[in-house]
Amino acid sequence: MAKIHVSTTINGEPLEYLCDASASMLDILRGPLGLTGTKEGCGTGDCGACSVTVDGRLMCSCLMLAVEAEGKQIGTIEGMAQGGELHPLQQKFLEMAALQCGICTPGVLISARSLLEKNPDPTEEEVRFGLAGNLCRCTGYDKIVRAVMETAAEMREAAR
Amino acid sequence: MTEIRYLAPGSLDEAVKAFAAASGAASILAGGTDLLVQMRAGVRQPGTIIDIKKIPALTAIEELGGGAFRIGAAVPGAVLAEHPTFGKAWPGVLEAINLIGSKQVQGRASPGGNLCNGSPAGDSVPAMVAAGAVVTIQGPNGGRELPVEAVPAGPGRLNLTPGEIVVSFTFPDRPKGSSDAYLRMIPRTEMDIAVVGLAVNLSMDGGVVTAARVGLGAVAPTVLLVGDAAAALVGSRLEDAALEKAADACRAACNPINDKRGTIAYRTKVAGVLLKRVAAIAAQRAGGN
Repeated sequence: MAKIHVSTTINGEPLEYLCDASASMLDILRGPLGLTGTKEGCGTGDCGACSVTVDGRLMCSCLMLAVEAEGKQIGTIEGMAQGGELHPLQQKFLEMAALQCGICTPGVLISARSLLEKNPDPTEEEVRFGLAGNLCRCTGYDKIVRAVMETAAEMREAAR
Repeated sequence: MTEIRYLAPGSLDEAVKAFAAASGAASILAGGTDLLVQMRAGVRQPGTIIDIKKIPALTAIEELGGGAFRIGAAVPGAVLAEHPTFGKAWPGVLEAINLIGSKQVQGRASPGGNLCNGSPAGDSVPAMVAAGAVVTIQGPNGGRELPVEAVPAGPGRLNLTPGEIVVSFTFPDRPKGSSDAYLRMIPRTEMDIAVVGLAVNLSMDGGVVTAARVGLGAVAPTVLLVGDAAAALVGSRLEDAALEKAADACRAACNPINDKRGTIAYRTKVAGVLLKRVAAIAAQRAGGN
């Protein structure tokens, strides 16, 4: 059977691709589109390494068919830095070394951004709940949580 | 893998026709948090995937007045959580739906999918049973309605006939002084499958329970409506004796399995403990309504 034609927008850029019905969004991002910043961990929606936003909402790209992107706005880690300038979360993760191997980091950053958009002043518990869908086997989460809290504080200060 | 067809019909009629025409070789896609995992594991290999999210009735949240709601079966938990009034009328249902998976999963997972996955441990199901929600079903022979508790037939099995699609859930009017709550027992704080899940829906007047429903999950092949527990609560002021009697009824209703998540004895004991805790939360909330 012929492949399915999909018109979508990824990180603000209109984009078209052909895919099989069974292909996940993650397959297409990492394969034909070459957007390998989004990582594959478990492939079953447990680890959050493949986190993206779809029309602004946080999702696992492994749990979404690529054909479902038709007409949607997809946001990946490649769109997080603006014009070469890192997002405050990315900058803070570097400064505070809130990563070790880095495989979970793109997903953590996408999740953390989504969390701070909804809740600019989260408690530590809210950060931990908000990031509960992102598994990290290296850091023990402490540095990640502290980096998100610190970024939130700086972003609030900058917005005053 | 054989080629899979993807259909995204814009109307319920088209979806029902396509589903019936596929005669068992099709799977319904709502959030896909179960389906895509099962396909990946090779457990399910549908010839056709029917995405129901382009059908208005499947994604609508309708406020019917007096606390009554109709919600589309494919509405994701995150969307329901953002609704300005649903969670005020049905906090127990909302907290149960929002317990399914992570924030990422909440962006996709729906109560219809949770019900149709047929797990006895689905979190939203006991809460919808306690709420007295009615399921609207559409099939090749027309539409029908079933109470939520009548839909599951056993682990992974439903009382739906071939070609039938779960369309929406209707939650009844909310008398003043009504509220609900859901708790589940899991060995961790988040991201786990219920060892026991229990929901209580109460109406109260002057501190006296005037109506009650109790939904109990993960302790039998299907989620249970525990009528005896509700009967023990009605007419009481939730005194210890009434709560103990209702807890007894919950323990008596248990018919669990021993597995890695919990033993029969443990699940049975926890069912009674949860009844008391959940009733207290529902009563406190009802007092505020």
